[in-house]
This record gives sequence, structure tokens and C-alpha cells, in this order.
Amino acid sequence: MAEPNLFSSELQVVNVGLDLFAETLAAQGLEPMRVAWQPPAEGMGLELWQTLAEARIEAANERAVQRMLAARPILVDVRPASEVLPGMSRQTILHAGPPITWERMCGPLRGAIIGALLYEELAHTEQEALALIERGEIAFSPCHHHQAVGPMAGVISASMPVYVLEDQVHGTNAFSTLNEGLGKVLRYGANDQEVLDRLRWMRDVLGPALSRAIRAAGGLDVKQHTAQALQMGDECHNRNRAASSILIRTLAPFLVETSQSPQETASVLRFMGENQHFYLNISMACCKASADAAAAEPFSSLVTTMARNGSDFGIRVSGLGERWYTGPAQQVRGLYFTGFNEADANPDIGDSTISETVGIGAFVMAAAPAIAQFVGGAPADAARYTLEMYDITLAEDSSMAIPALDFRGAPAGIDLRKVVLLNRPPIINTGIAHRLPGIGQIGAGIVEPPMTCFTQALADLAAVIQQPPSAGEAGR
Amino acid sequence: MVIRILVRRNFYCDSVALMTLSRSLAALAGVEDAAAVMSTQMNQTLLKQAGLLTVDNAGEEIGGPNDLLVLVRAESEEAADTALQVAESGLQARRSNQTDTQAQQRPVSLEQAVQRQPSLNLACISVPGAYAAIQARQALLAGLHVFLFSDNVSLEQEIALKTLAAERGLLMMGPDCGTAIINGVGLGFANVVPRGPIGIVSASGTGLQQVSCLIAEYGLGISQALGTGGRDLSQTVGGRAMLAGLDLLQRDPHTNVIVLLSKPPAPEIARRVIASAAQIAKPTVIAFLGATPGDSEAQPSAHLHFASTLSDAARMAVQLAGGQAPRPGDALPDDARRAIQNARDALKPGQRHVRGIFSGGTLCDEAMALLSASLGPIYSNIPLRPEWRLADARTSREHTAIDFGSDEFTVGRPHPMIDADLRLRRLAQEAQDPTTAVILLDIVLGYGSHADPSSEFAPAIERARAAAAEDGRSIACVVSLCGTEQDPQGLAYQRSLFSQVGALVFTENALAARVAAEIVNKRIGTQGE
Repeated sequence: MAEPNLFSSELQVVNVGLDLFAETLAAQGLEPMRVAWQPPAEGMGLELWQTLAEARIEAANERAVQRMLAARPILVDVRPASEVLPGMSRQTILHAGPPITWERMCGPLRGAIIGALLYEELAHTEQEALALIERGEIAFSPCHHHQAVGPMAGVISASMPVYVLEDQVHGTNAFSTLNEGLGKVLRYGANDQEVLDRLRWMRDVLGPALSRAIRAAGGLDVKQHTAQALQMGDECHNRNRAASSILIRTLAPFLVETSQSPQETASVLRFMGENQHFYLNISMACCKASADAAAAEPFSSLVTTMARNGSDFGIRVSGLGERWYTGPAQQVRGLYFTGFNEADANPDIGDSTISETVGIGAFVMAAAPAIAQFVGGAPADAARYTLEMYDITLAEDSSMAIPALDFRGAPAGIDLRKVVLLNRPPIINTGIAHRLPGIGQIGAGIVEPPMTCFTQALADLAAVIQQPPSAGEAGR
Repeated sequence: MVIRILVRRNFYCDSVALMTLSRSLAALAGVEDAAAVMSTQMNQTLLKQAGLLTVDNAGEEIGGPNDLLVLVRAESEEAADTALQVAESGLQARRSNQTDTQAQQRPVSLEQAVQRQPSLNLACISVPGAYAAIQARQALLAGLHVFLFSDNVSLEQEIALKTLAAERGLLMMGPDCGTAIINGVGLGFANVVPRGPIGIVSASGTGLQQVSCLIAEYGLGISQALGTGGRDLSQTVGGRAMLAGLDLLQRDPHTNVIVLLSKPPAPEIARRVIASAAQIAKPTVIAFLGATPGDSEAQPSAHLHFASTLSDAARMAVQLAGGQAPRPGDALPDDARRAIQNARDALKPGQRHVRGIFSGGTLCDEAMALLSASLGPIYSNIPLRPEWRLADARTSREHTAIDFGSDEFTVGRPHPMIDADLRLRRLAQEAQDPTTAVILLDIVLGYGSHADPSSEFAPAIERARAAAAEDGRSIACVVSLCGTEQDPQGLAYQRSLFSQVGALVFTENALAARVAAEIVNKRIGTQGE
């Protein structure tokens, strides 16, 4: 029987639904708490919701997100990919995003792959490269399957130098390529001689120089580095100016100390200094290490991967193992550089969404008011985006403080359930690639993943939860 | 003529907000018609019927149920463009209003609301039915009592919610609960009535409003008024909420008299509720409308009293609580008899039908029961007998009473107590029918309802009567006005505006129905009472 105490207590009402009824209460002098309710994404009914209210999910999420926050990735070296990446052969080409066949790849990704084959001298002309691919002699694989990430096309081939990060807390590694700068570069699908020459310089000069300097410095605490940049107006996805500057400041003495020639060291410092996004790839590898720390927790609804290959957007979820859930890559909404417009844009591409996956990038847009121009708004809009992400995340990362929000920690660890229940996809800051290979970045803006990734994954998680406990391999 | 379309993905607005937007767009210069709706299948169909969604633009992307669709038909490109701009900025203002600054940002879920304010103790839920059970369940699990306005919740879910509530010692009012008064605070559609010794548990929203208003009119007040939702006394739900409410009122020291209200209950459930009521020591008035006396008086007990109309229930309760009320079953008041005679005298031969246009389902039910007692079959979309069902609710036949609050009229649009549009159109339509003698309307005041119904209905009545007069006919308009002087719309003010246009106004729905019946009833004289 019902509780009679209600009749003797002061009514405190929460209103969910018609604002009319909240107005009605306010008119009677009883201001209710008003919930800004939105319908959940398609497919979220009572039964699913009840399944997902499970205590096992809560506990699993807590474990997973705590591991993610506890990760402490240190940049320890730069090595050729074939030396350090698991499962890498000379005939392997890694790419951004979820798995994809050659036939379905977008222009920039194809261009980058042809460039990589030329760079590796597996082919000497584009025709030869295409023939190799058609004969099935090249193995394509997502970076994410090799503890690695790459921005845009994200192409990694055997001899490319990669950053080596070590998460000493969990004893794992993560890797990423070195950033080539803006304009005509491989990651946007360019593959002419200038691009190949640069890649070879990076292999022969930049990589070894950074390797010596990083080792001389005794490694670099990347999270601490990112945290500093957040205090200086970066969100470390679309804006890396401060982070790149700190990096140069930190490494410069070691670059000089370990220098083999002043000209060479000058060229390295000049290259780093001319690229506002030089830090991005290091940050991405750091995020990758953190996300991997949270992976494979049975029953957890934490999103551990968000990545795009230019055709598909894919996510992976801690409690659902290695499986990808994909939907069509979306068009980025944003500002275009002079001379370009929406018609030139490739759909969303790259692994750089690993930033948002662990709670930086667009999730800390409040820390980077200058970014607001890309989203066509004021700094207040940037703050709003960050605030909205707290609603779909599991924790606040106190190591990533946001000055504009009273040093509140970054919203970290996307909960698949909240995304679907609130029908609120994670927000992503990103560059816009030209749809034709080799033209490069033509703008920047924000994009949201297709909701189907999340609804499909959630249905699968519910199925896993409903299996009898003896089924065991729930986290497969 | 130009038709323009605007789709906002994943943009939900409630039906009241959308009605407001649609109205403001339609009122713009050069705009012929406009609609802002969620792009559900049903709404798309309605828009096609209205000629707004044409074959031409149906081929375009018009979104799905989570998308907002704005359609404008205008005289010119410029007018259409302007209207779409107005729509855009209206929607933008709404969105940024909801999520503006950090301090004012609203919680986005019940879970968040409870985290922010753990002292919350009641959830008022009116989200679309498909999602309502999730919200209600979340609220119960968080220890909140629930007022669930939403309908379209499955019977299974209703039972599960009411069972969970009972386990947790919580009130589960609804689904489909239109009104309640808790600790003097009106929830949903509620009238401003004083507090007093009478407690109500009702499976009928407008029934509760009518009885609480009449209790106030007769000088007493309400301790608590609990809603149960319209299906509570069905065989499957088993009166769970009414039994829980009865128990609460029995133990409430401020409740001296209890009133139980319902549309016709399942006989077995009626017996169960009556048996429970017989166990308690407080005088209890039971108005199970439409139930035969045999059902109702299965377990007579000295403190159980059975009423057959809402006004009788109110009168009995007031008398039992020691107040003064006109005795039930009294003859028609003198003024009513004079009004009947005048109306009759003005009728032309051939004018012989009553046409009821209701917003309250229970008020419609009660009126039909009284009308059919003297007039025979009353055709309806919620007929008393299956054979009296209208083939098409849009067209009346002989004596007809329509409940515009029933699902077929409320899908994708606000309740007729808020949005008068459909009833206004029907009023004009009935007035054109040469066989119409009486138009019977209910006007329900109170929080949540239309801010000033007389401002729309009085001119419409005037126009309808004038149109009939040109045709040499005089049509009687009888208004069942449910409200109190303290209601935001003001009872006396509303009454005066309806009286000014010649309508006969009664605060008792049963009396309004009897007057309507008397006007067309040739068999019995007014002295028959």
C-alpha cells in the first residue's frame, strides 16, 4: 500500500514532458524541476532499458573507466612501424577506421594507399600499385587492430616511423605516425614526388632525430602535456597550437644535444615549428593507449573506439570485444577554406576521433574558445558542447581540467546506453578532407556519428546481458 | 501558391509547443496554412489530408518520428521564406533556451534531476506513450510517486508499474491520468478548489474535475484527489490504483468523506472495490457511471452511498461532510425550465436533434446516459452501446455526442481542452444541419486548459446562431461549464461571455444534458419532474 507520508510532506515535483504542466505548477507557486526531455534513439523501449539498468553493467563500467583514467602513456621512442607494430609485414597497409575493402574505399584513402606503395617501392607507378592491389597481394587492415591510430587516411606502411608510447600502468603500447603537415600530404591522399620525398625525409631524418631526442629526454608524459595545452586554449584535436609549441620547447635542447648536424637539426625544428598540428599524432596515440586500457571488460557499455575510414563510421565497445558497429560516414558541418564548399568534401574520415573517445577534442571544446568559429558560434557554444557531453559520459577526468568551467574535469568515457537513451551522439571536432586525393584539408568543423552504430551495439549488449551467466564468453 | 518544407533532424518538441508555433506561422501575412509537427506516419497522413503535404513534396526527405517537420503554404515565395525564417528562429530560441548557461541548464533525464535534487518526491510525466513507461519506472525506482499523464502505455506495462509502486509504497497515478490534487496542488488539468474534508479517487479525469468543482461550488473542499488512469477498474488492471488510493484516504486524518469515481468498471472489480470500501469506517460515495444498480449495490453497507451522476456524487459527499448542497433528484430549477420553454418555442419543425461536442470523455459519457434515457439512441465515437457507434465520427447522425478527447482526434495534436480548433469547426458544421436543435458543449476550465475558451467559443456560437438565423432557424446552445471562480480563466467571466451570446450555461454537466434533452423531448412536459 502506498506511503501516506506524501500527504504530510512538501511536494517537490520533477516534470518530464509537456512544459505546460510545469507552467501549471509554477503558477501555483511550486516551481518544479524541469527535465529537458528528448525521445531516445529508435529501438529503445522499456524492455531494453530494463535490461540495461543491470548492476553488472554499472560495475563493469566503473572498472573500465577507472582503467581508462589511470592510464599513463609515456612517449618513449620513434621506431619504424615494421619493428614495433604487431602483425606488420612489408605487404601490410594499415588504414584509419573500421575494416574496408579496396572497392569501397574513398578517394583520399585510395590515394594514400597508392602513395604508400610507391613510398615503400612495392610499386613504381600508380598502375603497378593498382595491379598489386587487384592481385590481392596487399593486406589492408585497420590501424586499430595493431595498437595504432592515424589521422585522416591513417595509412601506415612498414618503413614509416611511428611514435612508441608505453602505458606503464597497464604494460601496453600504442603507436601512431608522425604528422606530415598541412596541404598536399599523404594522409589526404596526395602521392606525388613532393609527398614521397617528404615521407622519406621523415623516415631518414625526422624519425631518427626525434628518437634520439625523446630517449635523451627520458620519455615524455603525454597526458601531462595535453593537460597543459588545455590550459592554453587547445582541445588537442582540431587545435594543437599550444601543445605543439610546448613539445618543441621541451624537445629542442635534446634535439640539439643529440644533433648530427646543425642543418639537419634546424630542418627538424623548422618542420615541427611550421606545423600547428605536429602534436596531434602523439596525442592520438596517448588516447589510444587510454582507450585500450578500458577494453575487454565484460558487460561494460563504455565506448572504446570511434573511427572512420571515409566511407563508414565505426565504434567498438568494451563489453562487446573486437566487434565493429558501423554506419555511413557523415558530412562534416563547418567552415571551408576559400575556394571550397560542401560539394568538395569527403565524408568524415580518420582515427583522430580517438580524442573524443577518451574525452578530449570536441568534448573539451570549452577549453578552446577559438574553435567556436568552426562550429559557427560564440565561445558560449563551445562551452555548451562540452556541457552536453557530461550527460553521456561516465566520469570526469580531473587530470584534464577545463579553465572556463571552473577547472571541471573533462567528460570522459562515453556510455553507449546514455547515447541511445538521450539520443545524443558524441560530438566530434574534425578537419574536412577534399573528396579527391591529394588536395588536402579544405575546412574544419563538427560531425556526429550515425546513431545506428550505437543502437546496434546496444541491442547486442542487451543480448549479452540476457545470456545465462554460464554462457561465459560474454565479452567475446 | 507556394509550399515550403523544413526538416530538423532529431529535434523533438511537445505538441503544445508545436501548436503554438503552427498558429504563429499561420497568422503571418501571406501565409495560407502552416503546420509544425513531429514527422510521424500519422502526422504525415494528416498533412496530406490537409493538402499541405502534396505528391510533389512527399518525394522529398520529410524525416521520421524523431524529426521535426514544418510546412508552409503561402501566397508568394517571399511570404513562405519569411515564415520558414520565423520557424527557424522560433525553434532556435527554444533550443538555446533549454540549454543555455551552465547554471540554468536543465537536467536531461529523470536520473539527473534526482541526482541534483534528492528531495524530489513526485514525478509528473507526460512524454509520448512509447517512452512513458521507461520514465515512470525510473521515477518509481528512484522512490518518487508518479503522476503519469501519457496514454498509449500497454496494459502489461500499466500492471507492472502499479505492482512496482505497491511494492515500493508509492502512488502510481495513471497512465492516462488527466488530473490530481495532492496537498492542495493541482497536477495536470486541475481546478483551483479549496482544501476540505472530502477525498476523491477517480479513474476519470474530467469526472474528478467536475466533482471537485461542484464540491467547491457547494462550499466545501478537497483533502486529496487521486487519479488512477482510465483503465484502472478494468478486469486486467484490477483496480490496483483505486484500492491503493482508498487505503491512503482511509488513513488520512484530513479526509472525512471519500468519493470513488469511474466510468463503467468491470463488474468483478467494482465488487472488489465496493467490498474494500465497505470495510472502512468513513462515509464513501461511489459513482460508477453507467453501472446498473445491481452491480453497485452488491454489498450494501450503512456508510456506502451510490450516485448515478457526477453532480449527485458531489452533493452526497457535501451533505455527508456536513455541508449544504441542493438535494439530489430535485426538480429542474425554475430558470432552467424557462430556458427550455423559450428554446422549444423558437425551434422550427424538423429541428429535433441534440449534437454534443465534448472535450471530456466522462462528461460525454454522463451526458449520453442522460440523453438516451429520454431520447433513445445517442450515436457516438464512444457509444454507450456498440450499435450506436458512428461509422464516421466526422459526420453526425440523429442524436450524436462526440468525445474529441479520444485517441482518434488527439494523435499528434494537443488535447481539445487546450486546442479548440476541431471543436470549433464541428460547432459550425452542426449549426448548418437543419435538423440540429441543440448544440451541447463542455467547457473545462482550470490549470492546463485553454487560457480563455470563451474568447474562441463565444464568437463561434454567435456566428453559428447567426448563420442558422439567416436560414430562419434558431439553435439552442447549452454549455456545461466546469470550473471555479479561482481558476485562471474565472468562472463568472466565462459564464458571462457565453450568456451574452445566448448560450444556456450550467455548472452541472448532468443538468446541462437534461436541459438539452428536454428541449427536444416532445413526450414529456417540463412539469414532468
